[in-house]
This record gives sequence, C-alpha cells and structure tokens, in this order.
Amino acid sequence: MSPEVLSTPVVDTAKTPPDRAHSRARAARRRRIVVTVSRVLLLVAVLGLWEVLARTEVIDPFNFSMPSKIWDQIWTWITHGTALGSLGEQIWYTLHEALLGWVFGVVAGVVFGIALGRITLLADVLGPYIKVLNSIPRIVLAPIFVIWFGLGPASKVASAVVLVFFPVFFNAFQGAREVDRNLVANARILGASDRRVTLQVVIPSATSWIFTSLHVSFGFALIGAIVGEYIGATKGIGLLVAQSQGTFNAAGVYAAMVILAVVALLAEGLLTFAERRIFRWKPSGSDS
Amino acid sequence: MSADISPAIELRGASKTFRTPSGGLHTAVRGLDLTVGRGEFVAVVGPTGCGKSTTLTLVSGLEEPSEGEVLVVGEPVRGVGDKVGFVFQQDATFPWRTVLSNVMAGPRFRGVPKAEAKQKAREWLARVGLAAFEDRYPHQLSGGQRKRVALAATFVNDPEILLMDEPFSALDVQTRALMSDELLELWEGTGASVVFVTHDLEESIALADKVVVMTAGPATVKQVFDIDLPRPRKVESVRLEPRFIEIYREIWESLGEEVRITRERGAAHVA
Repeated sequence: MSPEVLSTPVVDTAKTPPDRAHSRARAARRRRIVVTVSRVLLLVAVLGLWEVLARTEVIDPFNFSMPSKIWDQIWTWITHGTALGSLGEQIWYTLHEALLGWVFGVVAGVVFGIALGRITLLADVLGPYIKVLNSIPRIVLAPIFVIWFGLGPASKVASAVVLVFFPVFFNAFQGAREVDRNLVANARILGASDRRVTLQVVIPSATSWIFTSLHVSFGFALIGAIVGEYIGATKGIGLLVAQSQGTFNAAGVYAAMVILAVVALLAEGLLTFAERRIFRWKPSGSDS
Repeated sequence: MSADISPAIELRGASKTFRTPSGGLHTAVRGLDLTVGRGEFVAVVGPTGCGKSTTLTLVSGLEEPSEGEVLVVGEPVRGVGDKVGFVFQQDATFPWRTVLSNVMAGPRFRGVPKAEAKQKAREWLARVGLAAFEDRYPHQLSGGQRKRVALAATFVNDPEILLMDEPFSALDVQTRALMSDELLELWEGTGASVVFVTHDLEESIALADKVVVMTAGPATVKQVFDIDLPRPRKVESVRLEPRFIEIYREIWESLGEEVRITRERGAAHVA
C-alpha cells in the first residue's frame, strides 16, 4: 500500500509540470482577455446609454449633452481651433502653469519637509503654523492670487504651488522622521558628517515617501492651474471651460474635461516611468 | 608615550541612564569597569536585555555615559571617532546603494578619493568572497551575503577597534558558524581589538581571548574568563574539544545564575 502511495506523486511531479504550467499560462491569458473585453463593454454600455437617453430626451440633452456631441466638439477644436486660438496652445498653456507650480511646490515641500524632519527645533517652532495653514481650504486663495498677480500665468502657478506644497511637505517630513535609526547610526560610525547623513541617508530613504505624494500632487497642480484659469485668464483649458459654460455649451465643458483627463493620465504615466528608473534598488513586487 | 601602552578600550565606572517614554528612568549600565587590551578579542555575554549593547554604544561614541569615563586608546571618547568600526545586529546596509557602493561608503565619507575608495572596496569584497556581486543591490543578496557586505564595509575603514553587536544572531546556524570562521580570518590579519556582544556562550568561547560575563541589568561586569584555546581556531571543531566543554561548564555556572535572575524578574513582571 504505502510504496504505491509514495510512488504516484513522484510520477506526477515528473510528468505534469510542463502541462500544468501550460494550462496555467492559458488561464492567465484567458483572464486578461475577459478583463479587457469587459472593460470595453462597460465603457460602450455607459456611453451608449448616455447617448440613447439624451437622444430620446429622457435626460435633458441641453444640460447633459451626449457623447457624440462632445466628440464633435473635441474634433472641431482640433481641426478648427477654439475661440481662444488653437487647442494645442490652450493645453500647452495649462500644462505649462501646472508643471511650473508643481516643480516649485515639490521643491519647496521637499526642502521644508526634510529640514523640519531633521531639525527638531524648527519642527517645534513651525509645526503649529503649518497645521493651521494646512487646514485653510487653499483653493479660495486662487481669487486672491488673481488679484495679486493678474490674469497671466503667475497667479495660476501660485495656486498650483499652494496646493502641491502641503502633501509633498507632509510626506517628506514623515519620510525624514521615519528613517531607519540603524542606517543613520551606521553612516555616522562609517564617518559621515551631519550634512552627509541628510544628503546620503535621509533623502534617499525618504524618496519613496516623496514619490507617493508626487502622484497625488500633480493632480493638485492641474486643479490649481484650472481653477486659476477659470477665475480669470487669457488662455488655457480652464478658460475654455468658463467660456463654454458662459455660452451654455455643455458639450464644451465635458470636452475640456476629457482633454484634461488625457493630459493627467499621460503625466501620471511619465511619473511612473521615472519612478521605475529611480527605484531599481527596491525589491520588485512590493509596490506593483 | 603613555598613549602607546594604554589599552585599546577602558571603561571606568561608566553608567548610562535613559529616560523611558513613560517618564521614568532606566539604568542600562551601572558602574562598569572593563579593559580591552590592544589586539584582544573580548566577547561579552549576559542575559537578554541586560545592557550589553549599551556598552558598545558608549565605546562607539554614539551615546555619552551619564557617569564615569570611556577611553579609547587612552583618549576620552568625544562623539563618533574614526578609530571605531561597528557591525550592527540588524541589517544596516544602504538599500539604495549597490554592494560596491556600500563598501565604498566609509572611505568616501572620510574623504578618500573615489578611485582609491573603489580599489580598497574591491579588495575587501574579494576577501569576503563577494567580488562577483558588486553590482547587486542588498535586497538581491541572502542574509549571510548582506552580513559579509557589512563586514567588508566595516573592515575597509581599517578600524583599530571593532565593535560587534550580536552580528550573526539573525543568521541560520550553518551560516553563522561559517561567518564566525570568516570573521576570525579577517580579524587575524588586522590586529584590531574586538568587543563582540552575544547571548550565545558557545559562540563567545569559540571566538574570544576573554569572555566577560555581565550581571542581569543594570549591567556590570560579573566575572572575566580567559580562554586558553590555541589559535587559529575552527569554530565547528573547537567546540568538540574537552577543554572547550570544561570552559563552557565553568562560565555557564556564572552566567546561568544571571539568566535565572532575569527570567524570574520577567515572570514577576508578567504576573
């Protein structure tokens, strides 16, 4: 009895692996196809339902527009340009403001975060003020920035900066605080000065915290730029939204949103690519 | 002149008191007197949590003694000096640096030019058998290999004083014996003075010239045993020798009592 029991699994393991690996790969492939097809079907269903409901006037096409009209609007903007100039120019304008605001906000956030994380006195003195500033709904500063800096890009950059700064700051601060004490002790024993400990131990180990906030904060930078433009500008997607709204062109508002979504996704993709390059030292699988 | 004959490490009545998070005071080390001669390998054993590690942080300059004096090569310790190397219990390799760059870190921190640092680092990597792994990141190595990186990164600085805080306790038994042998080989070439903290009595006898038994916390020296086993030693074979077993029994008589006290205290604490 027992020799048979023992021998069967041995035969099994010798024979089945290629088969099993094969069927497993096939199952995985099939699953991928199912997921992709379901995604496409879901999109088609939602857009189709919207289109049908709007055309049959179950929902008001004037307020809710419909996908075909939104697409027409985007197509018109692409081929004939917008009332403000070419579409590319509007996108570039908004992106330019968001990027500038993002870079300034990130640099300031990282510098302040690391500094306060490393220098306890500074953290104790400034801590409460930063909490107060963070609790202000900073988006209401956008109109003030338009008053201060005018209709040009500067006011949009400023509102992007205040939105980006805080999440980056808090993450950098936390990252600097949570540095492995062993690594710091080891660096000091090996002969590192305080400055080197900050530059070569604290900052590298805080980067994963900082990168987490970079993903969120680029979205915030776009919001800052758009809201700034919406309130008052001479160019940009936000102004496009405001103008479409002013002319009761619902399709225009949606079309601008679609364009923004595409821009944000592209930026997100670029960031993920950069992250992969920078975090080669990390064990894979922990974040994907 | 007197500096030449002064011992490598001298602790005179050193005490260290920490403030606990709850506001109380915890004395880790009290009235500690310990002398480590030049080129001597001293192992410190004691019950868990008795303050062995604190002794090392005092010698390294990472912490200052609350009372008493700590001298390294005749000079009082003021902050982290350049004579000391420290191998930690936990992994302390920099995960974002490659193996080579990790070993280069010490010399680079101390202002050695890059090319020279790289050459020295390569030499030490070859000596610990990791020459083929210099481009890997620490997470791609096994625990034993990471420990070798830590050893190379410490030895590359040519420390006169080598402090080791249960360096091999996280490794499996076979790797541990292997690493102990490698440590002895590396050390015999350098003439450094070593303080090796462990809770493993066998390990301490196999490695050291002198075994210091600490009391249950607050730590102070209870007894010092000279280990007269001949060198060079092989960890696996030396512990089968009759003399080894004799020494083991002798030291355990002293250490066992402290371990019992610690255990009873722990039980009282739980109850």
